[in-house]
Amino acid sequence: MMPIWLALAKVLLAFVVGLGVVVLLVWFERKIVSDLQNRIGPNRAGPFGILQTVADGLKLFFKEQITPSRVERFVFELAPFLAVVPALMLFLVVPIARPIEITLDGAPYLLSFAALDINVGLLFALAMSSIAVYAIVLAGWSSGSKYPLIGGVRGSAQAISYEAAMGLSMVAVVMWVTTLPGVTDMGAMSVNEIVLRQQGTFFPDLLALSWIPQWNLIPQFPAFVIFMIAIFAETNRAPFDLVEAEQEIVAGFNTEYSGMRFAMFFLAEYLNMFTMSALAVSLFLGGWGGPFLDTIDGWAATALSFGYFLFKTGLVLFLFVWVRATLPRFRYDQLMQLGWKRLIPTALLWLILTTLVVSFREFGAPWA
Amino acid sequence: MSDRIGSDEMVGDDEAEGKVETTEQDLWFSGTEEPEWLVGATHEPAQEMHKEETDERLRQQLGIVVDDDYVGDEIVGDDELMIVNLGPQHPSTHGVLRLNVELEGEIVRRVKPIIGYLHTGMEKTAETLTFMQGPTNVTRMDYLAPFHNELAFSLATEQLLGTEIPPRAEAIRVLMTELNRISSHLVALATGGMDVGALSMMLYGFREREVILAFFEKTTGLRMNHNYIRPGGVAADLPDGWEDDIEGILDQLPGALDEFDDLLKENPIWKGRLVDNGIITTEEALAHSITGPILRSTGLAHDLRKAAPYSGIDRYDFDVAVGENGDSYDRYRVKVIEIQESIKIVRQVADTMPRGDWKADDRKIVPPPRKRIDESMEALIHHFKIHTEGFKVPEGEAYVAIESPRGELGCYLVSDGGPNPLRMHTRAPSFANLQAVPLMLSDSMLADAIAALASVDPVLGDVDR
Repeated sequence: MMPIWLALAKVLLAFVVGLGVVVLLVWFERKIVSDLQNRIGPNRAGPFGILQTVADGLKLFFKEQITPSRVERFVFELAPFLAVVPALMLFLVVPIARPIEITLDGAPYLLSFAALDINVGLLFALAMSSIAVYAIVLAGWSSGSKYPLIGGVRGSAQAISYEAAMGLSMVAVVMWVTTLPGVTDMGAMSVNEIVLRQQGTFFPDLLALSWIPQWNLIPQFPAFVIFMIAIFAETNRAPFDLVEAEQEIVAGFNTEYSGMRFAMFFLAEYLNMFTMSALAVSLFLGGWGGPFLDTIDGWAATALSFGYFLFKTGLVLFLFVWVRATLPRFRYDQLMQLGWKRLIPTALLWLILTTLVVSFREFGAPWA
Repeated sequence: MSDRIGSDEMVGDDEAEGKVETTEQDLWFSGTEEPEWLVGATHEPAQEMHKEETDERLRQQLGIVVDDDYVGDEIVGDDELMIVNLGPQHPSTHGVLRLNVELEGEIVRRVKPIIGYLHTGMEKTAETLTFMQGPTNVTRMDYLAPFHNELAFSLATEQLLGTEIPPRAEAIRVLMTELNRISSHLVALATGGMDVGALSMMLYGFREREVILAFFEKTTGLRMNHNYIRPGGVAADLPDGWEDDIEGILDQLPGALDEFDDLLKENPIWKGRLVDNGIITTEEALAHSITGPILRSTGLAHDLRKAAPYSGIDRYDFDVAVGENGDSYDRYRVKVIEIQESIKIVRQVADTMPRGDWKADDRKIVPPPRKRIDESMEALIHHFKIHTEGFKVPEGEAYVAIESPRGELGCYLVSDGGPNPLRMHTRAPSFANLQAVPLMLSDSMLADAIAALASVDPVLGDVDR
């Protein structure tokens, strides 16, 4: 049983990592986009402008929070919290580093770096990402204004369609992972367990191919593609940023928000980007896994695995930014078509294929 | 009924025998109390879209009567319709265009453009400026294509004067206007890309335009509002080393266009957004006197550079870009091809630039060179006269139209024999093209409406004047 102080410390660690990464992520995105667009980007606050987000945050913190007269006040004030809190909670299930053996109250204890290591981790993640939709819908509705209303409606439709595809691709991963040897007593739905089962290589006996890591990316590549597309839509990022399509509906659901409330939506968007990328890394890219982890031990290995985790997440985040600088935006009905007519059937088909393969592996093929 | 402007000097021969038709006009002078008819007609709410338009005339006037391709339920309750105001400070209405849009969910049912937010009375201002000063005024109309405005005004003035322009001046005019066409279309591509969500296009387009504007600045001293093309020629010769600058521009642009094509041409999202979006037919375009890339995108190869060549542009070899379907994608392609054709023209102009004078040898119209003023009494007098009083232009009227990046840009000048125009009217292509907006946008998705509006590429300075 984990003592309460340890649980609190882990939550605090997740909080600090999440917010710390977001601060860097905003700067990272602005820098990368400006490089792709022949601009300089932020370069005033701190070295290389790295403190730009802090400066922006401070400014927004001291700004007046304007409440327009026609808003539904309670819901209007609740919505920003509904955006930030699930985004933070979602991050709790992601293991950010390799577990380490420590001595706790005189007994050995395997300390995992997922703040919330539960056996329904993925379900919890899905639930949290669903709650985040309410923030958009309620913010749009309660603003008592037309552009936010359109943005809110777009947001709800989009999230519902892509949540299904995302869930189905997750199911395929979970089914695949169940066939791998278990490490802890958590089931295959625990994100920590999924990462642990991806450690190792596919062909440990073949010297030439022994470097290929046992990541879900390789056997579950279609699921990875579907998952990536779905998280782009889930986080309302380009090319699916219809919710806040500036050219059409000004700022979308957060048009009427200002000051810290706006900052919370902003924060939630980037937190979602980061946690979804972290989830993608954990499900498909072997989480914190990487070379040389077995050659060192103790806290050094943990630190190195944290570095791997950040590096892989950074790659996925770079993809987010790259796509944003490249692709035009989908139209509302095209988005729906892509979701319902392409992604969900593909995901279902892949799920059936995975089921067949998994069954054969478990029970033997009928012809064998 | 004759709407002719002017006093009895202007009256034609047959009307001089006392048969002049007159109408009584309500007049209002600034400073006096506004009469009710004026308040009703000009105040802002009178222009806005109304929720229920039962009056047939009002329906025709205020927008479009939806009856052609309406696919939804016939009876839509009031609470399902929402009139949304796009602009005048909306991110994608490029300047101060205001659109009243009636939405049924995401679908645009009716559109009503509301203009006038940039109206500065330039046509009236022109009456107080001499013909010499005219280009300073008109150059501010279509601020993305200032050279075209100046050229139209200068050509109209020259037609009244009957002045011959030396070949080098004509070539410089073609060079500058075609470069200006490129820079204007680059802006259209940039903002058009941005409106569909391709944010990087914004910066790429402006990056390429910058090279051209640098050349403009070197030649005319300014990046926009040049006042370079003037009645009688151009204000100054091309700067030393202009061939190298042009060479640099011509080397860089094709590569940039290839990059744009990589980014957009076959991009499935881009095509999905623009193909079959904002369709307009040739008949509709002609009926609304829509010109320029929009008309050509419908398949009609109407280009004033071919139909009514001006400034010796028929000496150069180029093709007219034509689309097929009249949709936003064709308009985008037409603009890209026009840039390529303009590059061809600029290259030919640069290769065949005639030597000689760059302004007409007419001391009554063109100010003498600065050096001559120190030597010659007559030059001093001419300089003084031209810059104080201006030159007198023979009585008469002239209309000259040129092909601006946005379509037929015409300048109508009436002179009573004095140094100022009696009336100047500009046939602004953006103003006519804007009439296509309700036609294109109705019954499309909101996002489509923005994409179609961007492909119309209106310049509000040109619309409102």
